[in-house]
Amino acid sequence: MMFLRLLFRNRLAAMGAIVLAIILILVLAIPILPLQDPDVIKTSDRFLKPFSDGHLLGTDHLGRDLLARLLHGTRLSLAVGIFAALIAATIGSAVGIVAGYFGGRIDNVIMRGIDMLMAFPYILLALAIVAALGPGLMNALIAVAAVNIPFFARNIRGITVGLAGREFIDAARLSGMGHGRIILTELLPNVLSTIVIAMSTTVGWMILETAGLSFLGLGSQPPQADLGSMLGEARSALITNPHTSIIPGIMIFLIVMSINLLGDGVRDALDPRLRSGALSRPRAKTIVDRKGEVPADDGKGLLNLQSLDTQFHVSNRVYRAVNDVSLFVNRGECLGIIGESGSGKSVTALSVMGLVASPPGVVTGGAVRYEGEDLLAAPYESLREKRGNKVAYIFQDPLSTLHPLYRVGDQLMEAIQVHHKVTDAEAKQRAIELLMSVRIPNAESRIRNYPHEMSGGMRQRVGIAMALANDPDVIIADEPTTALDVTVQAQILALLDDLRRERGLAIVFITHDFGVVAQLCDRVAVMYGGRIVEEGTTTDILDHPAHPYTKRLMDCVPELGGGKRALAAIPGLPPMVSDLPPGCAFAPRCDKATEACRKGEIALSGSETRAVRCIHPEEEIA
Amino acid sequence: MTPALKVENLAKTFGVGGGLFGRPAAGVRAVRPMSFEVATGETLGIVGESGCGKSTLARMLVGLLDPTEGSIEIEGRALDNADPAAFGRLIQYMFQDPVSSLNPRKTIKQIMEAPLKRLYGMGRTERDTRIDEIFDSVNLRSEFLDRYPHEFSGGQAQRIGVARALAAAPRIIILDEPVSALDVSVQAQVLNLLRDLKTEFNLTYLFISHDLAVVEAVSDRIVVLYFGAVVEIGKAEEIFARPRHPYTKLLADSAPVVGRPLKAPEQKDSELPDPLNPPPGCAFATRCPRATEICREKEPMLEPHGGDQFAACFHPLE
Ligand SMILES: Nc1ncnc2c1ncn2[C@@H]1O[C@H](COP(=O)(O)OP(=O)(O)OP(=O)(O)O)[C@@H](O)[C@H]1O
Ligand code: SF4
Ligand code: SF4
Ligand SMILES: [Mg+2]
Repeated sequence: MMFLRLLFRNRLAAMGAIVLAIILILVLAIPILPLQDPDVIKTSDRFLKPFSDGHLLGTDHLGRDLLARLLHGTRLSLAVGIFAALIAATIGSAVGIVAGYFGGRIDNVIMRGIDMLMAFPYILLALAIVAALGPGLMNALIAVAAVNIPFFARNIRGITVGLAGREFIDAARLSGMGHGRIILTELLPNVLSTIVIAMSTTVGWMILETAGLSFLGLGSQPPQADLGSMLGEARSALITNPHTSIIPGIMIFLIVMSINLLGDGVRDALDPRLRSGALSRPRAKTIVDRKGEVPADDGKGLLNLQSLDTQFHVSNRVYRAVNDVSLFVNRGECLGIIGESGSGKSVTALSVMGLVASPPGVVTGGAVRYEGEDLLAAPYESLREKRGNKVAYIFQDPLSTLHPLYRVGDQLMEAIQVHHKVTDAEAKQRAIELLMSVRIPNAESRIRNYPHEMSGGMRQRVGIAMALANDPDVIIADEPTTALDVTVQAQILALLDDLRRERGLAIVFITHDFGVVAQLCDRVAVMYGGRIVEEGTTTDILDHPAHPYTKRLMDCVPELGGGKRALAAIPGLPPMVSDLPPGCAFAPRCDKATEACRKGEIALSGSETRAVRCIHPEEEIA
Repeated sequence: MTPALKVENLAKTFGVGGGLFGRPAAGVRAVRPMSFEVATGETLGIVGESGCGKSTLARMLVGLLDPTEGSIEIEGRALDNADPAAFGRLIQYMFQDPVSSLNPRKTIKQIMEAPLKRLYGMGRTERDTRIDEIFDSVNLRSEFLDRYPHEFSGGQAQRIGVARALAAAPRIIILDEPVSALDVSVQAQVLNLLRDLKTEFNLTYLFISHDLAVVEAVSDRIVVLYFGAVVEIGKAEEIFARPRHPYTKLLADSAPVVGRPLKAPEQKDSELPDPLNPPPGCAFATRCPRATEICREKEPMLEPHGGDQFAACFHPLE
C-alpha cells in the first residue's frame, strides 16, 4: 500500500502506469474484440488509409487489417520482451548471487566470464547470437535475454557481496542452514527489490531490442506480426504510405515510454534512501527557519552557540534533536560534550557549519557565532569559505571523509588547494608536513597510499591531518577515537592536546567516555534527550556531579583495576526525541523523580561556569 | 575434569595475492599456533588490538573458518572439520553488531526457529514452548516475536542475539564485543543478564572485547593477544594490576582513566609490524622499551611467571 502511494505520488510514473494498463487491457481483450484475422491477405485492399470502411487503422501492403496486426503484434512484442526480461533476470540474478555469496575463485571465474560478455558491443553480440542460432522469434528472445544477463549479474552480485559479509549470514550458518537454504531464505528476500528495480528499468529496452531484431528480419518471420517486423515491412512504403510505419512506431514509443516512466517510479519508490519522504537531494547547507528572535551577541568565546534548536521533520513527526543548547569555546580551550547515542551531540556539532542533512533537518532557532558573526545567517559562499579553513571537523569514521578511490596525499593536496592558491609541488610538500605533524611514519611514501591500505589509527591521523590542512581555529571532533584501539587512542588524544597547546586551537570534543573527557577537556557539557542537563569544569563535574543522570552514568562506567564485579546500569532506555515527556526527560529513569519533575520545563540554573537542569540535584552547586 | 574447550596449536594463515588459478603469493598469519583451555563455567576474556586475530580465532572456534592447523576439542570431543551445523549444538557465537546480525526481512520468530528446526529438528509446538522459555530467560516479551529487527533498540536486539544463541542449547558461547555497540547506561543490563544466564544454563563463555575494564569486570581469566599470538594469560584481577608482558602493561597504561594525566604511553613513531612481512623474533620488539638483541632473533615462548600467570617475554616485568 505504502509502495503504491509512493509510486503514484510520482505523476509521470502514474501516467506511465495508466498508458501501460490501457495497452495491456487491449491486448488481453484480443480474443473478445471483433478483430479481423491479422494474416488474411487481400491485395485489392492494399494501403487503405486509416478510418476506411471496415479497417479502422487501414491496411498494409498486402491488404491485411492494420488494427488486428497492431494488437496481435503488440501482444507478441510485449510477451517476448517480458519473457526475455524474466529469463535475463532469473539467470543473471542467480549467477550474481552465487558469485557474490561464494566469493573467491568462483566469483573470479564467473565475473571474468561476464566481463568478457560485456566487452562486446551490445547489439553486435545479439546479432552474433542470432546469426549463430538462425533467425526466428525464439532465437531473438534468447539473444536479447543473453545480452542482458551481465547487467543483472553485476548489479545483484554487488548487493550480494555486501550482504554476504553481514553477520546474519554467519548466524544462519551457525543455526545449521546449508548454502542452498541460506541463498534462498536469507539472501534472496534481501535482493528481491533490487531485482525488481533492475527488471522494471530494463524491460522497456528489451522490447525495443527484440523489435530491432525483428525489424532486421532476424526475429519474427512472416506472416507473424510483431511491432518490429511491421515496421520492417512498412519501410519500403515509408514515403508513399506513411501510416503503415507511423502506427506501429507510435505503439513502440508508447510502450517503451510508459514502461520506463513506470520503471523509474518503481525504482524511486523501492529505494530506501527516498523512503523517508525526502524526494530531493540534501542541500549544501542546512535549512534555517528561525521562529523566534535571533539572540543578541553576548561576546562569549571564539565559537558561541546560543539557544540552538535543530529539528528533523520526518513525515508527521518532529525530532527535537537539539533543544535550546548554548555552548562556547575559547582559543586554546577544549570543551567536552558527553552523552549517549541519540542525545544530540553530533547534530549540535553539525549544526555549527550547516552540515545537518536538509531535508529533513531544520535549524529552528538560536544563533551560532564565530568571532561574533552569525553563521546561521551567513550566505552559503561565506560558510563554505569557513568550512575547513576556520572550523574543521574530525569524524568518528575517517572513511566517511576520505574518498576510497584517491590516494591520501592527493586528497590532502586538494583540501589545501581549495582554500589556498599554491602549486602542486608546494601542496605536496605541505601534505607531507601535515602527515609528519600527526606522526605518520614514512610520510613521503605514505602519501601514495589509498585509505584502505592504512590501519584504522593511521586513517584517523590522516583525518586529523585533513582537519589541520588549512590551519583552522576551531576543531570539532566527533568521537574521533571511539573506533580505535586504546593504544592508538592514547596517541591521538596526546596529539590533539599538543596541537591545542602549540597552536592555540579551540577544540570541541564529543565523546561518551568519561576517561577521555577527564584527560583532555577543560570544561564539559552533559547532554540528554537533546538538552544540556549539566555543565561545568571537568573537575567539578567528575568530582561533584550534580545531575542524577551524570552521577548514575558515571557509575555505569567500569574502571580498570576493580577485578571481577557486577556493573551498574540505569534501568530503561534513553528517550526518543520525537516523543519527549513533559518536564524532565530523565524522569522515567530517575530514582529521585517527583510529581514536580514531570510537569513543566525545568530551567538550566546556576552560573555561567556551572549549571544544572534538575529540581533535586545531587549536590548544591556553588 | 575435562575442560569445556581445549585448543591445541590452532593456527590460521590467509592466502593473499595469487592470480585466478595460481597459488596465493603470500600468507597472513592471522592466528599463530596457540593452545589454551577453558574450564566449564569459566569466563575467559580475550583482549587485543584490532587485527590481532580475535575474530579469526572466534570464527575458527565456531567452525565458520577452517583452521590451517591444530585441533579444537569441546568437552573431550574433537571437532576439526569446519561445519557450523556440527559445531552449532556445542558452541554458539553472539555477534558484535546487534542489527547486522539479524536478517532485516525475517521476523524474530523466524530467526529464533532456525536453530531449533535445523539443529534439533523440532516440531512446531515443541519449538513454540522452547522459544517462550528462552524469551522468559532473557526478559523479552513474546509479542516481540512477530516484529522485524529494525523495530528494536540496540540493547533489545542484542538480547535477541543472546536468545538465538541460547536456542541452540550450546555448552559454550563466544561473545564477540557483545556490548561495544551499546550505550554505557544499558551495557550493564546486557552484561548482568549474561552473567545470570551463565549460572542458569551452566554455560562457558569466551568474552572478546577491546574494553579492558569491561573484560576485567566479567572474566575469570584473561588472554592477551598480540599479532596473532598469545602474549600473556592470567587471572583477571592480576593481569592488568601486575602485568608481566610489556604489551599488557602498555594496554593497561593506555586506557583512559579518570584522574590520570594525559600522556602518550609510548613513543610517537613506534610502528606496528607488517603482517605480510613479520619481523623475526618477538613481534612486539619494535614497540618495546625493554627489547634487547635476543628479542629480535628468537621468538619468546609462553612461560609461567608466578602462580597462574604466563607470559611470552624474555625480559618480563616484575
Ligand atoms: N579474509 C581475510 N583475508 C586476509 N586477511 C585477513 C582476512 N580476515 C582477517 N585477515 C587478517 O587477519 C588478521 C586478524 O584479523 P581479525 O579480524 O581476527 O582481527 P580482530 O582482532 O578481530 O580485529 P577487530 O578488533 O578490528 O575486529 C588481520 O591482519 C586481518 O587483516
Ligand atoms: S528533575 Fe527530577 S527527574 Fe529530572 S533528574 Fe532531577 S530529580 Fe530526576
Ligand atoms: S621479548 Fe623482548 S621485545 Fe618482546 S616483549 Fe619481551 S622484552 Fe619486549
Ligand atoms: Mg573483530
